[in-house]
Amino acid sequence: MLRYVIRRIGWMIVVLFFISILTFLIFYKMPPQDPAVLFSGKITTPATIAHTRHRLGLDRPIYVQYGLFVERFIVGDQYGWPGLGYSFESGVSVRSEVISRAWVTAQLAVGAAIVWLLLGIPIGIISALKRRTLADRAAMGFALFGVSAPVFWIGLIALVIFWHYLHISSGTGYVPITQSPVSWFGHFWLAWVVLALLYAGFYARMVRGNMLEVMSEDYIRTARAKGLSERRVIAKHGLRAALTPVVTMLGLDLGALMGGAIVTESVFNIPGLGPYVIDATLRSDIPAVIGVTIFAAFAIVFANFVVDITYAFLDPRIRYA
Amino acid sequence: MTEKLLEVKDLRVQFPTVDGIVKAVDGVSFSLDPGERLGVVGESGSGKSVTFLAVMGLLDRKAANVTGQILFRGQDLLKLRPDEFRRIRGSEIGMVFQDPMSSLHPLYKVGKQIAEAIQAHEDVTAKDAFTRAIDMLDRVGIPRPEDRAKQYPHEFSGGMRQRAMIAMGLCLSPDLLIADEPTTALDVTVQAQILDLIDRMRDEFQTAVIMITHDLGVVAEHTDRVQVMYAGKIVEAGTIDHIYHGAHHPYTWGLMQSISRLDEEQERLKPIKGAPPSLIFVPSGCSFHPRCPYVMDVCKTEVPPLEEEEYGHASACHLTLEEKKRIFASQVEVRT
Repeated sequence: MLRYVIRRIGWMIVVLFFISILTFLIFYKMPPQDPAVLFSGKITTPATIAHTRHRLGLDRPIYVQYGLFVERFIVGDQYGWPGLGYSFESGVSVRSEVISRAWVTAQLAVGAAIVWLLLGIPIGIISALKRRTLADRAAMGFALFGVSAPVFWIGLIALVIFWHYLHISSGTGYVPITQSPVSWFGHFWLAWVVLALLYAGFYARMVRGNMLEVMSEDYIRTARAKGLSERRVIAKHGLRAALTPVVTMLGLDLGALMGGAIVTESVFNIPGLGPYVIDATLRSDIPAVIGVTIFAAFAIVFANFVVDITYAFLDPRIRYA
Repeated sequence: MTEKLLEVKDLRVQFPTVDGIVKAVDGVSFSLDPGERLGVVGESGSGKSVTFLAVMGLLDRKAANVTGQILFRGQDLLKLRPDEFRRIRGSEIGMVFQDPMSSLHPLYKVGKQIAEAIQAHEDVTAKDAFTRAIDMLDRVGIPRPEDRAKQYPHEFSGGMRQRAMIAMGLCLSPDLLIADEPTTALDVTVQAQILDLIDRMRDEFQTAVIMITHDLGVVAEHTDRVQVMYAGKIVEAGTIDHIYHGAHHPYTWGLMQSISRLDEEQERLKPIKGAPPSLIFVPSGCSFHPRCPYVMDVCKTEVPPLEEEEYGHASACHLTLEEKKRIFASQVEVRT
């Protein structure tokens, strides 16, 4: 197991290395506009542009720039490790910004994950057990709605209903939990539900499919042949096998969301990574874009790693060496 | 006369489908004495497995339409409520399935799975149940049962898994053990061991055994009586001696000739021509008539009844007893 963990960490580093090179090349070699022009102010002369280019380090060969990036990443900068450089736009450390925004995104993602698990799993189970009944059709209709309804639409509708008319949501924006837990929840819950609807649909379908498959397995027949009650057959033998793949999905989805739930964060005006990376991309704030990309890639690779390790505990057939 | 352990009367199992009604079991009647060993032989789709899934109450009540009577010690199982039936399953009737790999839960320890069966029927602590599970593993010949009980099914070999299944089926000393093709999924070398184990366990636990198989060779050595099924019906039933020294049904003859033997020179196997019939559109008359080499006109229109022609030996065929005896003696090569 230890050897496996070490090997996986090695691979994580390799993957991050390639992702950084790729992102670097894409954004430094093919920028939509010249950052030097962009960050030289409204009235620019060739002299100021040249000056800005020098200030941003863009006048050096690309391998030197990448080398500096890697050096900062490995040894850190004055704001800590790993250093991600400074925003072209504000000159502020990208690292601090990414960390504070990732924390906000994490609250959104984890909260939503709890909601979609609480919705998706029971719906999927009931749907599978009551197959072809009205309950099943209704549940799958809900799932289809959740999967197809775009967040920017359903988010706005939800805001109008629950914030504007019913006043049971505190609306858009973000209040840290340390400041006021009630206000924190009031601002977050609707965003959680809206983001969760999409995933709840997928999860309900997946759980239903897994459950239907598992319940026709031979070992379920064996469990019944032992004289177990149907409830125990479902809960102990069916669910245990049907829910294991949910762990995989959950890990990957959470990992992916950590790169920023862009639409939800924009609709609900939540200062997570989503709006930040959109902004940075539009303004060619290359260090910020690369910082978020590296972080998002790390989140996904790390989530994969956690999923694999968890799996070894959930399924005894899997042994890593 | 002792009380019958199991008496099945005119059992019918039908599955309504979009294409029509599948008559998987079509009027089956038989009985079993306590401690008796019965072999049930037939091709895939002959209804042999479905018959006993019905006896175990393992058919989906919504999908399958089961009629007739299944008297277990005089009590009609089909009239029981689900929770009453549940108490009988596992404790009074045990079952061993075909493929022990897929029949054991991959995510639970073998000992736990056996203990669970004990706990489902008796008020014992988890620890006591586990100790009894270890004891059962020992009795079915699994070495180092304390360690093995804590392993998962994938850590067992095929034969060991089937031993564990047998331990599970017998852990509450049922009066009846139903073994559904218990050796089909196993290596040839292991098959004999498992069959011997079932025999030994039957002596030890005084359990009646129903052995479902498509292998007449298995039946010959490990059962007292045989019943041959075809297209949801019993076409021949008798003692081992009757069947092997004078089978009366052309289908049984076909089965006998299609057994392969390694220890003798032989030209080629003689398979039964054609394929088993659709269970939705069952052939008229005798359902075997399209494949029967001795078919007569009457076979196409009239269903032959299962009649006892000699003491304890019945067959459902329009040929006369003399013809059956003559054909068996002259043309059927018994190869077991």
